[in-house]
Amino acid sequence: MRKSSCLVVALAALTCLPALAQKQITVVNFGGANANAQKKAFYEPYEKTGTKVVAVEYNGEQAKIKVMVDSRNVTWDAVEVESPDVARGCDEGLFEKLDWGRIGNKADFLPAAVTDCGIGIFVWSTVMAWDGDKLKAGPRSWADFWDTKKFPGKRGLRKGARYNLEFALMADGVKPADVYKVLATKEGADRAFKKLGELKSSIQWWEAGAQPPQFLVAGDVVMTTVFNGRIDAANREGKHLQIGWIGGIYDLDYWVIPKGDPNKDAALKFIAWASTADAQAEYAKNIAYGPTNKHALAKLDAKTLSNLPTSPANAKDALQMNLKFWADQGEDLEKRFASWATN
Amino acid sequence: MTAAAAAVPPAADPAALRRALARAGRRRQWRAFALTLPLLLFLLLTFLVPIAALLKRAVENPEVARALPRTVVVLADWNHADVPRPEAFAAIVADLGALADSADAGALARRLNTEKPGARSLIMGTYRALPLEGTSKSTPPAQIRDKLLALDARWGETAYWDAIAKNGSRWTPDYLLTAVDLRRDAQGAIERVDPEQRVFGGILLRTFAISALVTLCCLVLGYPLAYWLSTLPPRRANVLMIVVLVPFWTSILVRVAAWIVLLQSEGLVNHALESLHLIDQPLALLFNRTGVVISMTHILLPFMILPLYSVMTGVPPSFLRAAVSLGSRPLAAFLRVYVPQTYAGVGAGALLVFILSIGYYVTPALLGGPSDQMLSYYIAQYTNVDVNWGMACALGALLLAATLVLYAIYRRVTKTELSLG
Repeated sequence: MRKSSCLVVALAALTCLPALAQKQITVVNFGGANANAQKKAFYEPYEKTGTKVVAVEYNGEQAKIKVMVDSRNVTWDAVEVESPDVARGCDEGLFEKLDWGRIGNKADFLPAAVTDCGIGIFVWSTVMAWDGDKLKAGPRSWADFWDTKKFPGKRGLRKGARYNLEFALMADGVKPADVYKVLATKEGADRAFKKLGELKSSIQWWEAGAQPPQFLVAGDVVMTTVFNGRIDAANREGKHLQIGWIGGIYDLDYWVIPKGDPNKDAALKFIAWASTADAQAEYAKNIAYGPTNKHALAKLDAKTLSNLPTSPANAKDALQMNLKFWADQGEDLEKRFASWATN
Repeated sequence: MTAAAAAVPPAADPAALRRALARAGRRRQWRAFALTLPLLLFLLLTFLVPIAALLKRAVENPEVARALPRTVVVLADWNHADVPRPEAFAAIVADLGALADSADAGALARRLNTEKPGARSLIMGTYRALPLEGTSKSTPPAQIRDKLLALDARWGETAYWDAIAKNGSRWTPDYLLTAVDLRRDAQGAIERVDPEQRVFGGILLRTFAISALVTLCCLVLGYPLAYWLSTLPPRRANVLMIVVLVPFWTSILVRVAAWIVLLQSEGLVNHALESLHLIDQPLALLFNRTGVVISMTHILLPFMILPLYSVMTGVPPSFLRAAVSLGSRPLAAFLRVYVPQTYAGVGAGALLVFILSIGYYVTPALLGGPSDQMLSYYIAQYTNVDVNWGMACALGALLLAATLVLYAIYRRVTKTELSLG
């Protein structure tokens, strides 16, 4: 709390500064391999059109946006956010409603990419992965991932309830299509936590997306959950990490514009440009995240396509993150997770 | 001063002299006050005002009262057992329909969802569906009720209405109660939360346990070092003191990152132990309690050494020599003569380290697992990720209260003010 108060003071101090030059926008991303790909595919080519792009990294803290909007001093123009935050922030008036007429034809995009306040940037997936150099025959299902006899060693999981409860239910034999139906019941949540408990002593938790590939390479874990693009990035550096697509959970990241942004017009122009088929295809070539513009797929070669979470073979047994479920149950389940982790 | 001296009347009038003295004294006081004014203002603005705001936010509850004024009135006489009367349905439709901005509905949905999971989608779904088709201001409440139930059958569940009725007031103890694993039931009686939701009590205990362990480690490592420093000639002591202080001036993040490099399973510490054949398997030193305690001890050690050193330099070495020359064995003399004279430093150092420890965030977040996170981690989580600032402030208030209680106990036990030498 004290930190955010400091932020308010700092922002208040900034109001005294004159408005910055117009030909500049601030784009906010999640950093890491994803930021590098965005730099190559979006920022550098866009700067050639005459607008300077200032890239800022954050960790998805919506509080930062809320403080800017509440104090009416918005300095971020186009912000990458995760899907639960798009819906929540849109409901709570943190983001501008997008003028779709200026972005393009809604039908050109995946249905999930089209929302009132946000447009999908890319499709990413949380999948299981292992080091092909150390493990010749990897896990073929979440049940295998949970099988510490067949595959002795630690498992990397993202700290928190989200995704892990879904994976636990799939490991317990629930079909991907039924996962959220089961998890919505008290018994289903109990079952998921119980299954997660079986693995508890073998879990090494990660928080930042860059950690799991490091864990695998360092031999800290024998297998891990991971954002698929991070594996692709590590393999470009000569590693041989393998992905198991079965039972992966895919989701989208979105562009939003914080409400009251004085630079709204320029932000929308950038977003429209970054959503064109060409820019999206270029992005997918730099990191293995699926484009949201359907026309971008035609511009990609077979090898790139085979690494994307949106390719038919990879998406076959995957599950889409259920936004409504986590918007409703998230806080409760995260609290229960904290309690579970304590005991 | 010269002006005051010149104004002194002849000594024959003691009353006038007293007045002149008092006036001069007052002037001096005002001048002293004026000199401290910038600091006082600074403290007020950066310390007291934010803390007051924090405490206020921990009990503030404006969302429901602001968004649903009519519904709250209708629910005042509700029995909490049956579905409320149709007027309540009409009132909530009228209230939601009257909201100026979707942001108000969003804030309401967020508040109610912390009370009853699922309320978010219920409120937002209903808000988006308004105005209800085929209704007007003159539609009878019973008909509105049926339409609302047809829209979302969950309006027939009392739990959602409970959440609204309970939060009708502008102030709430709920955040503070949740911070100590308690809750109010629908009737307002206070009870413990379900076992699987009980979390902050355990976290507070864990916070204290880690802090106590770190304090102990700092004392065990810091006491001999401070003693040795205090026996050295000042010049050498100063040089060594700089060695103690250099890490103190390095950024915490840098030091934590350095510990990650040292402690990881392929790291320096494990390699060294393995090459000495002390261990076969790498030790798990990272992402667990061990790593957190090692790193926190390292970071906080100067806070223990400095007060100890300043107290120890004030202890005359002749006392110890006198005890030995009177026949005490050296160890007994040290424990019974020297150590008691350093209690003030031990108390100040331990209190300082302990209080700094209970607010620790970065080190456990980077070096610990989920079962090593301290209270600050959850404050940050509620502030940044969940954007539930009421809950974040309540946990902050809990931490503040714990600190004040500790300080009070310290004063009671040692019967002294905190002395830093």
